[in-house]
Amino acid sequence: MSAEPVILEMRSITKEFPGVKALSNVSLTVRAGEIHAICGENGAGKSTLMKVLSGVYPYGTYSGDIVYQGQVMHFKDIRSSEAAGIAIIHQELALIPELSITENIFLGNEPTKWGAIDWITAKKTALELLARVGLRDDPDTLIKNIGVGKQQLVEIAKALNKSVKVLILDEPTAALNEADSQHLLDLIRGLKGKGISSIMISHKLNEIEQVADSITIIRDGLTIETLDVIADGVNEDRIIRGMVGRSLESRFPDRTPHIGDVFFEVRNWNVQHPQVAERMVVKNSSLTVRKGEIVGIAGLMGAGRTELAMSIFGRSYGNFLSGKVFKDGKEIELRNVAEAIDHGLAYVSEDRKALGLNLLDDIKRSIVSAKLSKISAGPVVNDSKEYAIAESYRTSLRIKTPSVDAGVNKLSGGNQQKVVLAKWMFTDPDLLILDEPTRGIDVGAKYEIYGIIQELAAQGKGVILISSELPELLGLADRIYTVFEGAITDCIPADTADPETLMKSMTSARKKVQSI
Amino acid sequence: MSADTSPRGGLRDLKKIFGGGSSNVRQFGILFSLIAIIVLFQVLTNGLTLSSGNLINLVSQYSYILILAIGMVMVIIAGHIDLSVGSVAAFAGIVVATAMQDWNLPWPLAILLGLFVGVLIGAWQGFWVAYIGVPAFIVTLAGMLIFRGGNQVIGNANTVPVPDGFTVIGSGYLPEVGPFTGYNNLTLLLGLVIAVAVILMEWRARRVQKIMGSTPAPLWVSVLKVVLLVAVVIYATVLFAGGREGTSFPVSGIILGVLVLFYAFITRNTIFGRHVYAVGGNKLAAELSGVKSRRVNFLVMMNMSILASLAGMIFVARSVASGPQDGLSWELDAIAAVFIGGAAVSGGIGTVTGSIVGGLVMAVLNNGLQLLGVGADLVQIIKGLVLLIAVGVDVWNKSQGRPSLIGFLTRKSKTSEFPPEPPAVVPTSGTPETARPSDVSS
Repeated sequence: MSAEPVILEMRSITKEFPGVKALSNVSLTVRAGEIHAICGENGAGKSTLMKVLSGVYPYGTYSGDIVYQGQVMHFKDIRSSEAAGIAIIHQELALIPELSITENIFLGNEPTKWGAIDWITAKKTALELLARVGLRDDPDTLIKNIGVGKQQLVEIAKALNKSVKVLILDEPTAALNEADSQHLLDLIRGLKGKGISSIMISHKLNEIEQVADSITIIRDGLTIETLDVIADGVNEDRIIRGMVGRSLESRFPDRTPHIGDVFFEVRNWNVQHPQVAERMVVKNSSLTVRKGEIVGIAGLMGAGRTELAMSIFGRSYGNFLSGKVFKDGKEIELRNVAEAIDHGLAYVSEDRKALGLNLLDDIKRSIVSAKLSKISAGPVVNDSKEYAIAESYRTSLRIKTPSVDAGVNKLSGGNQQKVVLAKWMFTDPDLLILDEPTRGIDVGAKYEIYGIIQELAAQGKGVILISSELPELLGLADRIYTVFEGAITDCIPADTADPETLMKSMTSARKKVQSI
Repeated sequence: MSADTSPRGGLRDLKKIFGGGSSNVRQFGILFSLIAIIVLFQVLTNGLTLSSGNLINLVSQYSYILILAIGMVMVIIAGHIDLSVGSVAAFAGIVVATAMQDWNLPWPLAILLGLFVGVLIGAWQGFWVAYIGVPAFIVTLAGMLIFRGGNQVIGNANTVPVPDGFTVIGSGYLPEVGPFTGYNNLTLLLGLVIAVAVILMEWRARRVQKIMGSTPAPLWVSVLKVVLLVAVVIYATVLFAGGREGTSFPVSGIILGVLVLFYAFITRNTIFGRHVYAVGGNKLAAELSGVKSRRVNFLVMMNMSILASLAGMIFVARSVASGPQDGLSWELDAIAAVFIGGAAVSGGIGTVTGSIVGGLVMAVLNNGLQLLGVGADLVQIIKGLVLLIAVGVDVWNKSQGRPSLIGFLTRKSKTSEFPPEPPAVVPTSGTPETARPSDVSS
């Protein structure tokens, strides 16, 4: 590996924002045809470094040198870095949903003939590019009609079209399911064989361990170390130690569950897709939750986990068809979100930014937003109570902010998630539905959030935990339901469950679940 | 945030005098512009701008636009727009005028009738926006045509005069009572009440801050702030009370003042106000927090039409008749005031007081240019440029990561307020494969 020539070197990059030194003397060396992972907690400076490299922060706004193919580069925008052969693929895809695959691939780079777009050449090239990334869809398909996994591939095809030599991938598999992730990782490996280097930012350490050749770890804007995966015998624990500066002996806090009686039950729940009436997104599903219990829900992306959760939470997704909800032995009606909140339900969305928070709001107002009546006299909100409550959550959940007056958009992902948790804890729920509560959150904050979840269960609340990360479910849940194509396929006590059995139930309609 | 040791600390404290704290830097900037414009015109017009007669005229001439701005800022915060306000005002005006002329309806009842017309129109437009889901731009564009036409149908495209009693809300003043002092006594009293209220509010604000455990600004800041504000109040009071015999503080100004206080309170301190910001800031997140967004949208649109009717009646009362051209292009003045006052086109951001200051900027500008004898054509060009530049500076500053020009000048003192997360440049759209309440998840 080390025989390959260095293609890219970032030398002592320092980047300051008003009041913050985001990067301080960070160096990065990437060899031709290697997969180089960048690891670090949220806010460590990974994305900033990549923005410097790709010209989002132009030459002159940082100090240090970018040496690419032996030359010092002065990128003034993304265009100039792309022209040089460095392409960045953002976590939030930059594709236009209403345009076709071909149109997206050539957007801003359309082949022309006599001044008009040459669609024949475009389509031919698109087909070749799609073949290279292993996508067999018709290039005329609109982007909105293909899944995120395929969209990711289109992004890569788009980069390949610009004869890229260094591909930067920011959390490429964050939104992908297991199979799509694997396909993507294989593709990145394949590109490596063709001499394309990849720089990959990911929180999924197992994937990094699997594909990366070397790893640079960044913490608090500093380069901590660069590891050679094979020579240094790197494993997940080793990476974590570098990232957090200490080793986490256990990734889950200790807990002795105190499980009470069944207090919440959903029976024969059926929900239709909101637009396509014949499509059932939740089929005849039943589940129970006990007091003080953490109930996991496992399923692949698109299996209907979120749909099930949101439809229970005041019918906030899909068209409700039939089914009953019981709480404390009595049947209850949850026709809208307000009723669900009044009955002691809380739902922490998987999409913090789009569904969980008003990013224009400040921390204190966000925390009380789901139950304003609790701090109001009639219609009037009591500001000082609001402040006091926000302060108490800031302390107890250790939300890192100088003041609860700060905007939530200024917080890192982990701290935003704590604000969302505080918001729902403030509603005093009996049942919390947590949908991917640790998505896009770094290891340190994850551990804290696990602690909060366990604390909530210890208070006697029921918790439904939806997660794509099986180790998380196995580490936290007391019992795990598996969901496949909208139906609950199994219910397994966590102490007898393992990833293989879960995966089997998540991928096949196996058997009817016994209510236990 | 605690003990401030930076050399710029004094400057930041100074900012607090004008209410420029952590979150409302934008308003601080616009307030500064207002003061600058007033001073500029005061000099250019040789003191005519801040004369009794002009000030009284200014208030009664622009009160109805400012009333519209109050409703408009709530509509815009919720993420909508209302283009129909001018036509709705004209429609309510003609209905009220006709009712008084043809049915001899007593004027207090006529005012109630006018407000009721506002409720009905608001319910109509709110229904389309909130429950059918037609964009407010379209609904109110239709409303603009419908109610303009409605005005001309009812009034036969003629002007309908209104009786004397009714005109008090548009051209009435605080009456003369008590001993002769050379000033209008009620206006003096009003000024005194406001001055005392300013002192009490600052005192209370400091107390609340102490209870909440945050360190309030140094005492000299509060004292200086109160002294400045009280000086402004006294100066204005003397001007308003010392006008030509028979004039004093206008009744429409009092109506405006009450509405500003009421709606500033609603937007800032009530659950409903919070819900308006929540729906405008992130509708999906608001719905998942139990906010009934349809109801919020309905009420916001309805409220706007009620205020538009009120503005229309005040205008009719001021011009002593309702005509077919009443309220023409008012919507644009109101929308401009709101945006100059710091609201965001995409919703979720804006304040009632900011919009009033924005409206005053436009009013003073208009008035000052007229005093200088600038033609209506040039006035329009200048107003357009001011709107563009005010919002342009705001947008540009935001893209540079600075809240405002003033924020830029004083940013060094704020270093400790930012957590070590650089501002994201790429807007986030969330993960696409999420099930959303009203989204195709295919």
